Amino acid sequence: MDTKKLSYPYLVWITLTILVPMLLIFLYSIIEPGPEPLTFQFSLAHYLRALDGLHLQVLWGSFVIALASTAACLLIGYPAAWFISRLRARSQSQVILLLMMPMWINMLLRSYAWMTILSRNGILNSVLAFFGLPEQNLLYTDFAVILGMVYNFLPFMILPIYTAILKVDANLVDAARDLGASPGETFLKVIFPLSIPGIITGITMVFLPSMSSFVIPQLLGGGQFLMIGNLIERQYLLTGNWHFGSALAMLLMAFILLSVWLMKRFDPKSMDSGEGVIPW
Amino acid sequence: MLQKKPLITIRNLTKEFDGEVVLKGIDLTIHQNEFVTLLGPSGCGKTTLLRILGGFEQPSDGEVRFEGIDLTQIPAYKREVNTVFQKYALFPHLDVYENIAFGLRLKKVPEAAIMEKVNRMLSLVKLDGFQKRSITSLSGGQQQRIAIARALINQPKVLLLDEPLGALDLKLRQEMQYELKEMQKELGITFIFVTHDQEEALTMSDTIVVLNEGQIQQKGCPVDIYNEPNNRFVANFIGESNIVPGVMPMDLRVAFEGQTFHCVDRGFRQNEEVDVVIRPEDLQIVPEREGAFTGVVDSVIFKGVHYEILVMVGDREYVVHATKSASIGSKVGLFVSPEDIHVMKWGGA
Repeated sequence: MDTKKLSYPYLVWITLTILVPMLLIFLYSIIEPGPEPLTFQFSLAHYLRALDGLHLQVLWGSFVIALASTAACLLIGYPAAWFISRLRARSQSQVILLLMMPMWINMLLRSYAWMTILSRNGILNSVLAFFGLPEQNLLYTDFAVILGMVYNFLPFMILPIYTAILKVDANLVDAARDLGASPGETFLKVIFPLSIPGIITGITMVFLPSMSSFVIPQLLGGGQFLMIGNLIERQYLLTGNWHFGSALAMLLMAFILLSVWLMKRFDPKSMDSGEGVIPW
Repeated sequence: MLQKKPLITIRNLTKEFDGEVVLKGIDLTIHQNEFVTLLGPSGCGKTTLLRILGGFEQPSDGEVRFEGIDLTQIPAYKREVNTVFQKYALFPHLDVYENIAFGLRLKKVPEAAIMEKVNRMLSLVKLDGFQKRSITSLSGGQQQRIAIARALINQPKVLLLDEPLGALDLKLRQEMQYELKEMQKELGITFIFVTHDQEEALTMSDTIVVLNEGQIQQKGCPVDIYNEPNNRFVANFIGESNIVPGVMPMDLRVAFEGQTFHCVDRGFRQNEEVDVVIRPEDLQIVPEREGAFTGVVDSVIFKGVHYEILVMVGDREYVVHATKSASIGSKVGLFVSPEDIHVMKWGGA
């Protein structure tokens, strides 16, 4: 009874900072200025505009880049999580600490750091020149954007997978070996399937921020209309068309919700327990 | 019991964990078709011994031979040994059918043969029709049976069972004890069963190996272990005992409580100090004049099948299990027949 009251400050907080702004965005997306000043009328025109070919293409492009980043994170993150889980307990927490440390630095700064490395006269090209290799133009490409995202979001992939692998009961590994499974077969038939909830969580936690990111494509992608996040940002800050920006934001949200819903259908655990579900 | 071929021979088996010696030179021979129970309190090394046989631990020293071949060189997944784990260790991501089929799938057995064998195993453990059930929907007893089926389907020569009945309630446990024994006889497989429950050990085993502090205290058939404990530890661990200091003036005589009794033990030095073991159910309460020695009833507790009566003889307390009650404070006689007096070497104060 009393503990319920402890949640009131939080309820007030999310109402003010999440629910109200979301309602406002929704409201902005379905109205337009009326004939008189300070009057508004209902309109779906922003949605119709958001759904035209050009804007859908941006949405699709963002999806492809987010997907590529997520896939790269998974390919690097799973082996990394596996490797960490095999270390001695002390080394495990040290490696996890190393993994988390970059996250204490502002993402903007870290992205600027990558600009310095990738730019035409940057560190990478200096190294290449030193070995007499041809200069590479990496900054302001899709590759740079994906690299930036993988760099920033990789810990969100590794941590849930690492946790899921650790949670696999050592007795199950013994049981598989006992029944004749070689170490490789034990991994494929027991450890990997049981770590799927961690993979699902990892994919969700990387895919969501990648899909809606605008700082990374802005800095490393050169601020072209590369991703939907940039498009929305421009509507608010440059063009000043909050209505259209809101419609795009709603569209992005619908798209993300759909993706998450599809993803959860692959998670065997989300059916009967709350484990391994997206933490938002 | 028929005399059978030795299947597993263990010589001077020693295991250390971080400087702590868990097994101190175990010598043990296990025969074909034998139901062997490793019995002892927690931390006695019984599970470690089982895990070495299963291939989950390597011994620090000594040898384990399986049909004459050095077992320690063979990895767990290549041994003709299967294990039923303490907490069942069923695969939660697979259904009942796939759990049982796990071992056969690894051996690339054709699907038709797998299906036939899984169905046969399910009827052996009396869970026909459970093929498609998920593991989490099963009760503890049912999970236990699936774990047994999953191990037995590989037709191992030895089945290792690590306290498999520990999590079950009393009624189910007794039922499973009986069924396991039946299965073992029917299949003709050697069972090595680990437990701390002496009643379970007495009920099921052909041979009981009592372990304490990493050493074998006694090995023998249940009747011998119960009736002729080697030492104070075994006497106390297997059932309740009255252990009384005594002296052997000669063979077939033992003196305690100021009297000399006939007994069936021999081979001690003259006037050697010994421990005398008398089981509570072997002591009879008789009228004061007919008793070998007398005492005062201190307390009476009703235990269902019998009364547990504490009798003070001088300042020593005797536990008596009797079907008739006695009144507290009354003087009674105690009687014990010669074959129920067990003499063992003095174990120290």
